[in-house]
Amino acid sequence: MLAYVIRRIGYGVLVVFGVLLFLFLLFFTVTTPDDVARKALGERVPPAVIEQWKTNHGYDKQLFPGPGAWTDNMLVDHYWRMLTFDFGRSDADDVPILDRIKSGMGPSLMLTLPLFVLSLLVALPLSLLVAFFRETYIDRTGVVLAVLAMSVSILLYIIGAQYLVGRVLHWFPISGFDSDPRVVLRFLALPILVGLMAGIGGDLRFYRTVFLEESNTDYVRTARAKGCGEARIMSRHVFRNSLIPLLTRVVLAIPFLFMGSLLLESFFGIPGLGAITVDAIQGNDFSVLRTMVYIGSLLFVAGQIVTDLSYGLVDPRVRLE
Amino acid sequence: MPDWVISNIVVAVLVGVILGLSLAVRRSRLWSETFRDLWRRRRLAIAVVAAYVGVALLDSVAWVGGVEMGEDAVARYQAQSVLDRLFADSQERSYSAPLADGEFYGGQPLRYPGSHLLGTDLIGRDVLYLSLKGARVALLIGGLTSLLAIPLALLFGISAGYFGGRIDDFVFFLMSTLASMPGLLLLIALIMVLGKSTLAICFALAVTGWVGFCRVVRGETFKLRELEYVSAARALGVSEPRIIMRHILPNLMHLVIITFVLMFSGLVLSEAILSWLGIGVDGSWGQMIDQARDELSRDPIVWWNIAAAGGALFGLILAVNFVGDALRDTLDPRTLRDAE
Repeated sequence: MLAYVIRRIGYGVLVVFGVLLFLFLLFFTVTTPDDVARKALGERVPPAVIEQWKTNHGYDKQLFPGPGAWTDNMLVDHYWRMLTFDFGRSDADDVPILDRIKSGMGPSLMLTLPLFVLSLLVALPLSLLVAFFRETYIDRTGVVLAVLAMSVSILLYIIGAQYLVGRVLHWFPISGFDSDPRVVLRFLALPILVGLMAGIGGDLRFYRTVFLEESNTDYVRTARAKGCGEARIMSRHVFRNSLIPLLTRVVLAIPFLFMGSLLLESFFGIPGLGAITVDAIQGNDFSVLRTMVYIGSLLFVAGQIVTDLSYGLVDPRVRLE
Repeated sequence: MPDWVISNIVVAVLVGVILGLSLAVRRSRLWSETFRDLWRRRRLAIAVVAAYVGVALLDSVAWVGGVEMGEDAVARYQAQSVLDRLFADSQERSYSAPLADGEFYGGQPLRYPGSHLLGTDLIGRDVLYLSLKGARVALLIGGLTSLLAIPLALLFGISAGYFGGRIDDFVFFLMSTLASMPGLLLLIALIMVLGKSTLAICFALAVTGWVGFCRVVRGETFKLRELEYVSAARALGVSEPRIIMRHILPNLMHLVIITFVLMFSGLVLSEAILSWLGIGVDGSWGQMIDQARDELSRDPIVWWNIAAAGGALFGLILAVNFVGDALRDTLDPRTLRDAE
């Protein structure tokens, strides 16, 4: 067990190193620091200003290790800064990136956590219900509705909801945020509702498939033959044995809750990490974008390790060796 | 070579490939039965997809000259597609509502009153025309990306699954690395670095999209490699490239088809999100939706732009999703329908 955990974490570290290498190639060699400087300062600046900017942002070393600079180069620097969470300052407006991430995580979680819990609470019972009534009109209608819901672009959901609820019905404000927890609920209701609508179709279809696959197994047929009630089969046999695929999907979604939602946050004016990322994209701020990708993959790798270890908890047949 | 010539050649090749494939399908009993079954179950959805493909082809066959584009003198020297020619006389000055006689704001009479089925946009272009043009963009994004991603996934997946060992370790590491980065962020980062051309966007979509399919191919090849007929072929001294081409690859084809169809709708929807971020493909429905956002806050509101683009996008995605679902049910042996 311990050996497995160590090996698993070791592989996770390797993957993070791979991600960092990929990011370095993308952001330092495909677009060089000179390109970034020109994007931040404009095309018509004297070379001296660009050099000064590069020095200020720590982009003035040579790219790869070479004679005379085996440790003092951009590649080593990049790894060192990322691994020690010293992300430096934004390319676009010189704000420390770490401060920005810290301030964005709270609002992001306030949006994504309730959304995540609610969509589980809605999608799981619904898909159990649909799987319970498989091959009937309830099932077919459910699947058709799920496909319909999946086929609408999330942009349309957002624009439609903002128009309908915010401008016609006047139930909630269209966008905005407040740090007071009693007030913020009014701002979060609409984005959570939209997120729920946009995700429910795919969730329902996925969970239904998992449940149906499980209800076609031999032991379910045996249970049915022994006279076990259909509701009991669903809850005691099908649901519990479906936990492995469910867990994979659910646990792997948790790390990304910290990252917020790009679309929902920027449309509804929630100052979370998603909105910060969108600002970075629109302002050509590569340093923030790079950091967000890195943090995302770090969270994902951690989530994956937790998922792998949790298999042993839900399924005693799984031996972690 | 000018763009329009390349576009025409691509159309010719595409039509040839479709004809060749349908002949091959006719010859194979398995595939012809599959498609007959599919046609029986999803007639409407297939017809809708075919209509979109038809419109896209109409917008891809282009040539220079032979048309007076209203007052637009430059257009005379540019290549015009069949679709452009059909809508050559449709330019207005500004917004007009569907089938209206006058402009939406101000009420100036239109040049072509009552002829704009879906109205016109800010600079007076016919919205029906723009929505139809979006079909080509959407199919281009879905098709080109799949054309890049699927062979890549097959190459890596089969070599990992068939040869195992070091190759498998490498491919698995590559997949884990790419999969661990948040998909949308990676996509955006790639496009920002590579540029905003259609090809770069499709390439970025392919880089982020091939991993999922590669994992499936790898797993399936693992299973196929152990089957008796593959062992028999190996014992008879059949060379490895030949085993892969004759015994492994054909048994992955159903997965290729399902993945192509299911991936397609996801790609077109991703492009809509990219458009909203300002890094989408020109002329896509996503861009129309993005531009229409401000129009909803006008008073009285201009609703036909977003309705047309959203409807066209929804129609294609829905039809493709229905076809994909049915395809999965018929082709995938683990289907729920058969097991019932």
